[in-house]
Amino acid sequence: MSKSIEVAKEAIKKNCNPIEISDDFNQLQITISADKILDVVDFIKNHEACEFRQITDIAGVDFPDRPKRFEVIYHFLSFRHNNRLRIKITISEDEIIPSITSIFPAANWFEREAFDMYGIQFKDHPDLRRILTDYGFEGHPLRKDFPLTGNVEIRYDEIDKKIIHEPVNLQQDFRSFDIQSPWEGTNYLKEEKKNNE
Amino acid sequence: MAINTDIQETSPELERLKELYADKGFVVTSINNLINWARTGSLHWMTFGLACCAVEMMHVGTPRYDVERFGAAPRASPRHADVLIVAGTLTNKMASALRKAYDQMPEPRYVISMGSCANGGGYYHYSYSVVRGCDRIIPVDVYVPGCPPTAEGLLYGLLQLQKKIRREGNIKR
Repeated sequence: MSKSIEVAKEAIKKNCNPIEISDDFNQLQITISADKILDVVDFIKNHEACEFRQITDIAGVDFPDRPKRFEVIYHFLSFRHNNRLRIKITISEDEIIPSITSIFPAANWFEREAFDMYGIQFKDHPDLRRILTDYGFEGHPLRKDFPLTGNVEIRYDEIDKKIIHEPVNLQQDFRSFDIQSPWEGTNYLKEEKKNNE
Repeated sequence: MAINTDIQETSPELERLKELYADKGFVVTSINNLINWARTGSLHWMTFGLACCAVEMMHVGTPRYDVERFGAAPRASPRHADVLIVAGTLTNKMASALRKAYDQMPEPRYVISMGSCANGGGYYHYSYSVVRGCDRIIPVDVYVPGCPPTAEGLLYGLLQLQKKIRREGNIKR
């Protein structure tokens, strides 16, 4: 265990009072509530024991079974101490989480991506609109309840002379190739074999 | 063993052409053949690289495969191009840009769809954001299979396109 992680851990524990804190595999991880994110991020950026000056990524995770279905996960890097930090926040679908763009301007597009993919709302974000999906796209594709093939597909219409959106009509039904190994084949073949024996 | 140093016999058609040219000083052909010769010999392609296929498309232009020996050269503008090579995954967001590029090309124009993704969605066939084949957006002349197709594969596709142009053999398209 490197000493700088211990120092950072103690400082965070003392000043941020996180719900959970761990340093498994030399990776600091804390869980906090959504309303404290601005204070905590400000602290870990500027306190000399932490100095996490770079934001690496903001990720979203969807757990449909949980009462608070989304997790927002921030990744930070400290050049000074060569440490990495992960901050986890659990929120529900209708909750709004404060944007950290005032502290880390680089978080702007990460938050836009989280909004695009999961529909997570960030309060006081300067420009919260979709970043990756098509113009006029509806829904949030990385939610577990979003259908794989989406709801619309496009084609060029020769009469209207423009690209039009239509409901999805698959020419070839979806096939799930759940191949476990090239020798044993798929799960359903294994089950069939078991039934025959 | 003696090595045969004789120059290879020329084909009878070429012999005939030689005789004609030596005798009269000119050669007669049909305007269709002439135009097709010119068209097939200058298939400048519009680089529409969308994914990994684009790398193979670059290889086709480099000296090892050297598609330029067939008179083709990469063009950065659709207004200079004769053939559009769709190299890679066509997403919904990119589709209108592809159509725009195609609409800007002067006639006669041809399209080569390169790789599984452009042919029919390929690996991303069931995705919510990918067009299931670029022929939903623009008419395609030649489909090159592969994921990605080798540079030879694309070269062969280009030769097939030349063959197609020669076979159609009319000025009006």
